[in-house]
Order: sequence, then C-alpha cells, then structure tokens
Amino acid sequence: MRMGMKKRGNVANTIIYIILSVLSVLWILPILWLVITSFRAELGAWTPYILPKEYTINNYTRLFTDTALFNYPRWFMNTLVVAVFSCIITTILNLMTSYTLSRLRFKARRAILNIGLILGMFPGFMAMIAVYFLLKAIGLTQSLVALVLVYSAGAGLSYYIAKGFFDTIPKSLDEAATIDGATQNMVFWKVILPLSKPIVIYTALMAFMAPWLDFIFVSVIMKDNYNNYTVALGLWQMLTRENIYQYFTQFCAGAVLISIPITLLFIKMQKYYVEGVTAGGVKG
Amino acid sequence: MQYIDYVTLPWYKKIVVRLTKAAKNLGHNFVALISKIGKFLISAFTGIVGGIKYFFSTFWKGDIRTKLSYLFMGSGCLLRGQIVRGLAFLALQMFYIVYMVSFGWGQLKLFPTLGTATKKEIWDEVNQIYLYEQGDNSMLILLFSVLTIAISIVMFYLYFRNIRMAYENQQLLKAGKKLNTIVDDAREFLDKKLHVTFLSLPTLGVIFFTALPLIFMILIAFTNYDKNHQPPGSLFTWVGLENFRNILSGRDVLATTFKGVLAWTIIWAIFATFSNYILGMLLALMINKKGIKFKSMWRTIFVITIAVPQFVTLLLMSRLLDDRGAVNILLGYLGMGPVKFLTDAAIARVTVIVVNIWVGVPYTMLITTGILMNIPAELYESARIDGAGPYKTFTKITLPYMLFVTTPYLITQFVSNINNFNVIFLLSGGNPLALDYYQAGKTDLLVTWLYKLTVNYQDYNLASTIGIMIFVISAAASLIVYNSSSSAKKEGMFQ
Repeated sequence: MRMGMKKRGNVANTIIYIILSVLSVLWILPILWLVITSFRAELGAWTPYILPKEYTINNYTRLFTDTALFNYPRWFMNTLVVAVFSCIITTILNLMTSYTLSRLRFKARRAILNIGLILGMFPGFMAMIAVYFLLKAIGLTQSLVALVLVYSAGAGLSYYIAKGFFDTIPKSLDEAATIDGATQNMVFWKVILPLSKPIVIYTALMAFMAPWLDFIFVSVIMKDNYNNYTVALGLWQMLTRENIYQYFTQFCAGAVLISIPITLLFIKMQKYYVEGVTAGGVKG
Repeated sequence: MQYIDYVTLPWYKKIVVRLTKAAKNLGHNFVALISKIGKFLISAFTGIVGGIKYFFSTFWKGDIRTKLSYLFMGSGCLLRGQIVRGLAFLALQMFYIVYMVSFGWGQLKLFPTLGTATKKEIWDEVNQIYLYEQGDNSMLILLFSVLTIAISIVMFYLYFRNIRMAYENQQLLKAGKKLNTIVDDAREFLDKKLHVTFLSLPTLGVIFFTALPLIFMILIAFTNYDKNHQPPGSLFTWVGLENFRNILSGRDVLATTFKGVLAWTIIWAIFATFSNYILGMLLALMINKKGIKFKSMWRTIFVITIAVPQFVTLLLMSRLLDDRGAVNILLGYLGMGPVKFLTDAAIARVTVIVVNIWVGVPYTMLITTGILMNIPAELYESARIDGAGPYKTFTKITLPYMLFVTTPYLITQFVSNINNFNVIFLLSGGNPLALDYYQAGKTDLLVTWLYKLTVNYQDYNLASTIGIMIFVISAAASLIVYNSSSSAKKEGMFQ
C-alpha cells in the first residue's frame, strides 16, 4: 500500500516535470528568438528559415554608432533621467497619499477615496489629448520635463496598493508614538516608513519601470521630436513600415539591452513585488 | 455562514445559498445606492442653505474687520495681525480678478456657443497677399472655460473660508484667546492638519493631469468635435446627446461597430481574466507541489517573461505569428499549411487570448503562490482520506477557496482587461479590419478603438463617448461585485 502510494506520487511528479519543461520551453522560446535575432546578420523582419545563416554583433554596435536617424544612446539617457526623476517624485507623492488615506482620519477622506475610485475607472489615455493641449498652453510639450510631470502626476491615484499595505500596520504603533509626543509628521517618517520597506521598494520599482515601458503618452507628447524620445517609443519607431526591413534586427538588439537591467532588477525585487501586490490587491 | 459550512453543503443547496446571497446583495446594494444618493442630495442642500444663512448672519454679527473681508479677502486676518495669511488671501483675490478680467471672462463668455467667428481670408490689396484673420478656436475655448470654472470654484471656496476665518478670529479675540501665529500654523500643518500638507501636491497633480482633462473630454462627448470640425480651421459646437444616440441606437455602421466591439470586449475580458487566473493557479500548484525540485528555477523561468518589457515581447509575438513568421515556417517544416494567426477574424481572437495567457499567467503564478500556501492543510488532508483525486481536490477545494479569498483581485483584473490596451494594440493592432465596422477591426477592444479614433482619425467626440461607455461598464461591473464582497466593509479590520 505504501509502495503503491509512493509509486503513484512518482508518476504524478514525472508528469508534472514533463508539463513544466514543455511550458518552460514555450515561455522561453520567444525570448530566445529575440536574442538570436539580435545577432542575425541578415536584415529584414522575416526570413524564410528559422535560425540565422550568419551571426554578427553589428546590430549592437550600430545602435551606438549609427545615431543619425535613431539615436539610441540619447534615448537611453532620456529614459534614465525621466525614470529617476519620476521615480523619486512618484514614490514620495504616492506614499504620502496612501499613508494619509490609510491612517489619518479627516472629513473629506471617504469622498476622496470615492473620487479616486471613480477617476480610476475612466480609460487612462482618454484624457491624454487634453493633457497635450494643457502642456502646450504652458509651453512644455516635447520636453522631458513634461514627461516627468505626466508620469508623476498620476501618483495621487495609484494609492490603492500602498494603502492596503499601510492598512495592515497596527494602529497602536501610531498611538504609542503620539503619546510620546510625536507629531503626525514624525510618525510617518520615523515610525511607519521604516516598517514599510517592501512597499517603498515596490512603489519605487513600479515608478522607475513605467517610463521604460510606456510609449503611448510619450508618442502623444513628443510627436516628432526624435531627440527627446524614450527608448520604448524609439524602438517602436523602428518597426514602422518604412523602417522595419532595415532596422528589425537592431530593434531586437535594443530590446535585449533594455531587457537585461529590467530583468535583473525584477528578479532581485520580485519578493517585494509579490508582497506589495498581495498586501494591497488581494487582502483588499 | 463560515466557509467550511458552505463547502459541506450538497451542490443544490450551494446554488440556493449563492442565489439568495446574490439577490439579497443586489437588492441591498440598490437600496443602499439610492439612499446614499438621496442622503448626499439632502446633505448638499442643507449645506448650501446653511452656507447662505452663515454668509448673511455673519455679516450682521461681524465687526468692521470681518465686514471688510467680504470685500477684500484676508482683511479679517491682516487687520488682526496674521500678516502672511492675510496677504496670501489678498494676493489670491488680486490674481483672480486680473485673471478673470484679462482672460477668463472672455473665454467663459464664448462657452455656450464654443465660438462663432471662423478663420477668415482677407485679400490684402497693397501687398498682394491673403491675410488670415484669427477666428475662434472652439477647442481652446472649451479647455480654458473648464479651467476658468475650476479656478472659480476654488476661489469661491477660498472666499468662503476667508469669511469664516475672519469671523472665527473675531470670536477668538472676543473670548480673550490668542490667534495662531504663522509658526503655530506651520506646526499644525505637520500634525493635526497633516492630511492637508500630504495631499495638496498629489491632489494638484490629479486635478491638472487627470480630473480637468477628463472633464474636458467628457464635455467633448456632447459636441461634434470630429474630423470635419477641426479647429482652428473650423468650429465645433454642442450637439447634446446625439453621439450617444448614434452609438447606441442608430441603425448605421456606428451602432453596428459599437455592438460588435462591445460584445468582443466583454467576451475578451471574461476569457482573459479567468484563463489567466485558473492556469496561473495550476502553474503555481505544480511548481509548489511537494516533491518537485528546483522550485526557484521554474519560478525564475516564468518571471523572466514578466521582466522583459511587454511591448518588446508583444511586438515580437506579432512578428512570430505573422503569416510569414517563424511559427508558420516551423509549421511548414512539419508539413502543415500556414495558419492565419492574426489575419483571420476567428483565429485572431483565439490567438490574442492565448498570447494573453502567455503574458499574464506568470503574474498570477507569482501572486497566487502565497495565498495557495495559506489554504488550511486539513481541507486537503480530509479530501485525501475521502479518496479525492487531484482534479476533484482542485475544483472542490482550491478553486472555491481562492475565489472566496481573491474576489477583489479578480475584479481589478476584469476591469483592467476591459482596458487592456497593450496586448491588443501591439499584437494584432485590432486587425483584421472589418468592412462593416467604422474604423475598427475584429479584435479591437473599446479602448483600442478609442485610441484609433483619437490618434488616427481625430473623431474626438466619438472617442469621448466610448470612453464614457467604458467607464459605465467598468463601474457597473465593480459596483456589483465589489459591494457584495466583504472586503469593502472589512477595511481597517487590522488596525
């Protein structure tokens, strides 16, 4: 009987190993193909065969040398600058908002929560045309400042996850600190923030990654100012009908280059990601 | 009823319990909603009446300094020694007057018509050229009117605050108390009024970059701002509910498109949400099963696909699945004909759902892992003793438990799938195009259609109308489920 159970367990595990292996291959293949294509010597988006005939690192070097039309190094720096600034601003604003809505009690609190919920249900870029005209009115379009503004301005609305986290910290901590004479401001910086490392890292990570991933807002704001493009929009531009034949392999190389740091960052931080999402999104 | 009691019921009783609960909730929610609206209206009305009463009675009761603050904002503070506060109020009033006189009023005056003067061409006899006389720009008029109205509302609130503050100061002095100095104020904003300090910047950001633009776009839904009415060349104007009528009940191509796209959006949202949810959970279960080795390796493999930017993987997929793409070449090697993954309407719809599984399953795997670990082991134990196989254990224990715990997560997923722009836009671009649709394809969701209408075709009025419809759908979906789930009420339970 015991042997039978064990055997059955082994069979089940073998089946699971097979399924997991097949799935892993399915999940890894497209990414492998991306890497291989980034080393392909032949141009074009499609080849009538799967593995390249010749390999080269030219696709990578050309990203940095052939900058007349597509200035990859510059886009990279643009994105880095925007990401750093909007990360700092967004993290601070987001944490302040979520902390306030989670732990401070004031008259307008419920109303603000409801308004936030309602605003969040409109499709995000429905407003972008109007945002563009607003930026134009203050003479900020096509600049990196505008991008930082647009990315950080939404911080007040994405309080949901961090608020969920703050909700789980016992209220008695604040009370103890208040009795010791701390102001609410000190409670936030000295008591709550040190306890909130996972959510701080999660918020910063999300804010830092956003500019690398978004191309919709950038495309609306930057229009044809190639110099101020971010990496995502620049790479996206390489795949337009007139460029794709010439630049597809370079697109793959550029994509690999930005994927590496983001992947490393994400794998390193995935613990915080999971903690952040489960604290805020699932427990509710 | 505890979860454990519910599980032990026979299936028909479960259905009865579910249905009565849903009905109860629905009725309850509806009544709650109506009463909430009613309460809000009543409190708004009493608030206004009270405000008016306060406005006049304070004027009678106020001394000269308070009375003066009805005319010059801040006098009630300034003349009682609160210099900074008083000057700030005064400066705001000056700014508002200058703004209204020089700019705001001019815009507001044109708001009802959105401009009447079109751009004119005038032949200049002397220089032998056409001169252009700048006409009204409906778009800018609308934008700045919204801005002016918003500023005016804020100003009105501040004006009222100013009166209130003046009167409170008067009362305080009468009672022999000291007024707050600027230092006291600063201290208060770091303690009792910290919420004001912390929320002011984020609120400003949201107002300027989300709320005002949204109000502007909502108003656009009631105009004829389409590709034939583009300022500055021509004007657009108010058309009432015509756009909604066209989309909802017209018999022309617009209504057909809306119905088709809406149906597909809902089908998509349901399939995308639940396929990811269930498959992600199965994956997590497999990886975490006792006896499976290299857990972190398996997890990392799937996490890598999250970490590679979505626009990269999706654009790549669209090339891979192209009629001439690598997948079809591979199929060719195996002697199978090319499959029109993205060019045949029915196949394309399946393709986007399948690719979405590829994109989304690792997320669900990551997120559900922790919760799966929390399922009480006794449940599994007793199931095993009763001889339940893995399939039965999953459908009878794991799935119901997870559904029970993660309802809020599912709703957010559902709503974000209704708005899932990236997958559709980057993968299929909404194609294949449909001849009986207006500027949309067979895999277009409402959001991607909205995007096309704004960016490619400048039909802003239609786009805004669709945006409002998306809002209505998301709001309805969340309201129904969210209110009936307990998490809304449990807020603060841990505190």
